Amino acid sequence: MSNSNQKSGGAPSTGHSWDGIEELTNPVPRWWIWSFYFTVVICIIYWIIYPAWPVGKSYTTGTFNDITYNVVNKETGEATEVTTHWNTRALLMADMQRGKEALKQKAYMDEVSKASFNEILEDPEKMAFARSLAKGIYGDNCAACHGTGGTGVVGLFPNLADDDWLWGGKVEQIQATIEQGRHGYMPDFKNSFNAEQLDAVTEYVLSLSGHSMDKKKVASGKRIFNGQQGGCYYCHTTKATGMVAVGSANLTDSIWTVADVQGAASLEAKKAAVKTVIADGVSRKMPAWSERLSANDIKLLTVFVHELGGGK
Amino acid sequence: MKHDKIEKNLGLLMLFTMVVISIGGLVEIVPLFHINDTIEKVEGVRPYTPLELRGRDLYQREGCYLCHSQMIRPFRDEALRYGHYSLAAESKYDHPFQWGSKRTGPDLARVGEKYSNEWQVQHLVAPRSVVPESIMPNYPWLLKNDLAFADIADRLRALKKVGVPYSESKAEYEANVKEFGAEVAEMLDIQKAQENLIKQAQSGNYDGDANRITEMEAMVAYLQMLGTLVDFSQYDEGHFVQFR
Repeated sequence: MSNSNQKSGGAPSTGHSWDGIEELTNPVPRWWIWSFYFTVVICIIYWIIYPAWPVGKSYTTGTFNDITYNVVNKETGEATEVTTHWNTRALLMADMQRGKEALKQKAYMDEVSKASFNEILEDPEKMAFARSLAKGIYGDNCAACHGTGGTGVVGLFPNLADDDWLWGGKVEQIQATIEQGRHGYMPDFKNSFNAEQLDAVTEYVLSLSGHSMDKKKVASGKRIFNGQQGGCYYCHTTKATGMVAVGSANLTDSIWTVADVQGAASLEAKKAAVKTVIADGVSRKMPAWSERLSANDIKLLTVFVHELGGGK
Repeated sequence: MKHDKIEKNLGLLMLFTMVVISIGGLVEIVPLFHINDTIEKVEGVRPYTPLELRGRDLYQREGCYLCHSQMIRPFRDEALRYGHYSLAAESKYDHPFQWGSKRTGPDLARVGEKYSNEWQVQHLVAPRSVVPESIMPNYPWLLKNDLAFADIADRLRALKKVGVPYSESKAEYEANVKEFGAEVAEMLDIQKAQENLIKQAQSGNYDGDANRITEMEAMVAYLQMLGTLVDFSQYDEGHFVQFR
């Protein structure tokens, strides 16, 4: 440190000098000082209007900044106004109830909750609202399995964008599916069929959708399908057209949701795909959504899904 | 000058710097331990079962938290997408917690029971097979690796040390029965940890493979319980505002 007291620019030296660079005692700029005092004042204003200081087991809650929101009594349905000190949870309540967007949406929602499915389907304005809102709900909740476009994943999650419906394609049926969820179940037959029988049933099942198969095997497969040993007709019916009540597939059309027959390159590959499904069975679960989504959300979603694949 | 001493003594400078910086954190954090309303009083929150806990360990091992937060903030857009905002009480048994706002993937605070077990398995093994636009890595080894759980009792003991009420003595067990009910208290018994883990894995069969207990089993068991402990339909809409 240098002992030089040499003045430079008028200000005295602090006595700090490093490699010839000297630190002077110039005051900080006035604008800086005032900005600093200003932030201190703002700080005090914050303490007054927002929750700030801990006091024992509580804290100062702030004033002049209250938030009012409604609480609806679950039993009576009566709404009471509650006013509370500023906090983010109350802010959310107020935003959900009184925000500009929320009010706009609520007006539509009220109409939707009163309207029947037919009224929504026939009103272009309500349909436009359903499409725009349900698209978001679908994206957040359904798209993970059924895909953003509703095409699903063969083998795992049904395609919603075609007009084939395992659990029924009427609005009421779609609504019930969303509300309660579904469990698509087929037992495995690997222990009930020997290789020959499995082969025969596979040939029969593929013959139903217009594949030309071995006549003899088809005939014996049909007997197993409609007999006590296979019992396939319990769910798929003797005509093999499936039953909406249990979500069993129609085997006579060319739409396949579990065995990837469409994607198979050769007849052998198709047989292998069907065989695997018969041997291993099916267990596909769709969760119930009535707890997670509101009745109105499900209504809009129903209309959206109904429209995706041409509902019935 | 007096600060010569600090400026010339590196140890002292570091010490005082740390003191000054900690003040910022301490004044924000310490009061929260004393304020009554910090942790909401709410029914249903319980410590993790042994299987879920192993799943949580794997969640951390695989670094899931680097892309997924578990904290729904009280904003309208988050409420619409993810559901009810997270409560402090919901992560009171988390060591460490999984809060955050770094979301490369979606928030997972309420992902439990949202999708089926089959979906979770498929999605963890090959995310793009179900969500083509996803950028999540594949985690196929979860299905291949057997779950290591020989040390599960020690893992519970470690958490007990930091205050999670797993029970070792009869008295602790009784206290848990009172607090959580007999069924949950049974699950929190350290002596029975391994037995409970196997039982839950077999009855739940989360990975779809009934013959083995894979890492997938624990991971899916954990994911399927996230955010499901509190039954929000029990409470009035504004109930949790009172705690702030």
